[in-house]
Amino acid sequence: MLHGLTRMGGMIRSFVVLFIFALSGSAGLFADVAKPQIPASRGAQCVEPVEIMRRNHFEFIVHQRDLTVHQGIRTKRHSLAGCIDCHSTKTAAGQYLPVNAEGEFCQTCHTYAAVKIDCFSCHAAVPTEKISQSP
Amino acid sequence: MSQTIFHPSRSSRAFWGTCGVLVVLVLIGLFAAHHMESAGHWVTGMTNRVVWGMPHVFAVFLIVTASGALNVASIASVFGRSDYKSLSRLSGLLAAALLIGGLSVLVLDLGRPDRLIVAMTHYNFRSIFAWNIFLYTGFLGIVVVYLWMMFEPRMNRFVTRVGTLAFAWRIILTTGTGSIFGFLVARETFSSALLAPMFIAMSLSFGTAVTLLLGALVFRLKGENLPAELTGKLAQLLGYFVLSVGLLVAVSHLTHLYSAGHQDIERFLLIDGRPYSLLFWIGQVLLGTLVPAVLLLSDRFKRAVSVPLGALLVVIGGLAQLYVLIIGGQAYPMSIVSGFSESSTFFDGVIAMYRPSLPEWGLGVGGMALAALIFLVGTRVLPFLPVPTPDQPRA
Amino acid sequence: MTRLMNCPDPSPAAPARRTFFTQAGVGVALLALAPGVRLVDLARARAEDEPVTSANRWGLLIDTDKCQSGCDECVSACNEEHGIVGHGRPETDAQWIRKVDLKDDQTGHELSIPVLCQHCEEPPCVDVCPTGASFRRDDGIVLVDKHICIGCRYCMMACPFQARSFIHEELTGQRTHAPRGKGTVESCTLCVHRVDKGEQPACVEACHREGHDALVFGDLNDAEDQLTKLTRASATRELRPELKLNTSVRYTRF
Repeated sequence: MLHGLTRMGGMIRSFVVLFIFALSGSAGLFADVAKPQIPASRGAQCVEPVEIMRRNHFEFIVHQRDLTVHQGIRTKRHSLAGCIDCHSTKTAAGQYLPVNAEGEFCQTCHTYAAVKIDCFSCHAAVPTEKISQSP
Repeated sequence: MSQTIFHPSRSSRAFWGTCGVLVVLVLIGLFAAHHMESAGHWVTGMTNRVVWGMPHVFAVFLIVTASGALNVASIASVFGRSDYKSLSRLSGLLAAALLIGGLSVLVLDLGRPDRLIVAMTHYNFRSIFAWNIFLYTGFLGIVVVYLWMMFEPRMNRFVTRVGTLAFAWRIILTTGTGSIFGFLVARETFSSALLAPMFIAMSLSFGTAVTLLLGALVFRLKGENLPAELTGKLAQLLGYFVLSVGLLVAVSHLTHLYSAGHQDIERFLLIDGRPYSLLFWIGQVLLGTLVPAVLLLSDRFKRAVSVPLGALLVVIGGLAQLYVLIIGGQAYPMSIVSGFSESSTFFDGVIAMYRPSLPEWGLGVGGMALAALIFLVGTRVLPFLPVPTPDQPRA
Repeated sequence: MTRLMNCPDPSPAAPARRTFFTQAGVGVALLALAPGVRLVDLARARAEDEPVTSANRWGLLIDTDKCQSGCDECVSACNEEHGIVGHGRPETDAQWIRKVDLKDDQTGHELSIPVLCQHCEEPPCVDVCPTGASFRRDDGIVLVDKHICIGCRYCMMACPFQARSFIHEELTGQRTHAPRGKGTVESCTLCVHRVDKGEQPACVEACHREGHDALVFGDLNDAEDQLTKLTRASATRELRPELKLNTSVRYTRF
């Protein structure tokens, strides 16, 4: 009898937990984290569609870096410098803000998604040269 | 021969007090590593000339000692000396603990320790370093299996086979460690086939010394002494190992002294290189070789303190030897254009000044403490230690 | 200064021999004035989406007679090009190229040469790197893939020329074409970002600007390249020849 009650309690507990998770997903039960405010970019449109970029931008960057470093392929389409060229914002005084600074392009989403990026310990976070926009 | 019974170490104030001290040292080591990683290596004494410093001295010492510490278990399983069996389990645990301590120091000193996953997934098999990653992790795996063969009565019949594999693996591992330096064609202080056998001899020497020291410690913490007869045999072995290292060091220097091209480096290491010549003669030769050899092998100096003192001096001498080898070898300027004196803004032609910084000491000592801590806690958790036989005197 | 040299097409009105003399005269004049410029670029510059191949082997010749003691324009140019700044800590500050003052132990003869990564054909740094971050590109340039460098500094131990530097501190203000960061190892890249565009390394340009022309860059695989012709014509050597590294950087005999 005790064994049966314990099993029942366990099942009820599992259902309660599942219910809370289901609620949180649909109704945004834990929706006190604000969606990232992504600053507008300076280019006309991105080199890839937004949905694809959102999910796969790191794959483009990682693949490109291997091609560039090992084979000297320097196409602009998926180059990190190309990204920064469009996605960095300028202050009124004409200075570029680093893309990994507070509130800037890369940092907003990455803080929201809690994914640490390693690029800018080495790479320039502001454009220092004009990168052509042609893919 | 009666079956040895094993038990875990006893909980006592002294035991946990010792562990507490070790935990503090480990925490200091972790803090030092964090400081080095976040500020960058400029906070250490390591430079573009002396790229490997105090942490590497400790790390190499721990790794070489780890290999040698398994020797006691090998004597029992591989060479059939069943009188050493009572210390086999302890030997395995000590080897694993020392290796983990050494690897921790090595990894935490990396410029990018966050890229350990990269190191474990990208391999250049021309690099002895890459081979060593396999040798070290493989060694840990083999020791775990070896211990399992010893612990599980139904697996005892495999102990000899696994023990032989472990023995062969150790020799290859230590050859690999010595070859890290031996394969450096660019540097006359390192490039030598002699370093591999020298490291094997060093591993036997340091490993036996640390077995005697940490073994004595863990036995005292449970209120006993190491079995006297075994201690005597190990002490004698240690004496011979110490002499064998001394022989290889002597041959290495004599060979260099014979060549005109090597006179300058030999003068630096043996006569006027500060502090390397002092560390060599006083640390390595006197305290690390001659005094321990006398204490351990001569009948006249047989005291209760001879063995632990001798073992401790071997450890000190070993650290001095590695300091002279690793750091002295880098401090001496490499000749890029032979026949010419060189000078530049990058310190060509001058002896590099190196002083170990506090973070480096912290990291190195932290690694030693981690090894000792893993060892002690291991003996508390599982039955590694032999129950004293009735004929053994109590402490 | 680009390596491409566009030859003017002869118009039908000008007789062929006059055009020939004009071109030859221009060619000879250019040879006298600017040894770093190639007369005719037989190989077209590589397109940016084409991988490098071993058809090229980039090299450098250093004329030890022309290199001046006390001049370090090549060093300044390299620092400027790559954003290398000193932090007041000479033992840990990076140096990709340095001037080494030499004095013959026997004769007392003095000279000064730049020492940089020698871009060996058999690089010890590539052999020892555990992750393969240190590698030799197909066209001979030895590089560090800083994405997979773990900062173990074994390559620095292995380099026979002390050519590599470790970055000992946090860096900011990097140049776009020269990413560099704390905890990784770096060395002269033979200005790979310039070479890939068909340009010359910054040190070579600077030496030319100073009027010394002690550094000549070119393609060792191209028999018509000026670099190759110079190495055939005059006595040159590599540093530490006993190691048989077959370096891409060579020095005139001294």
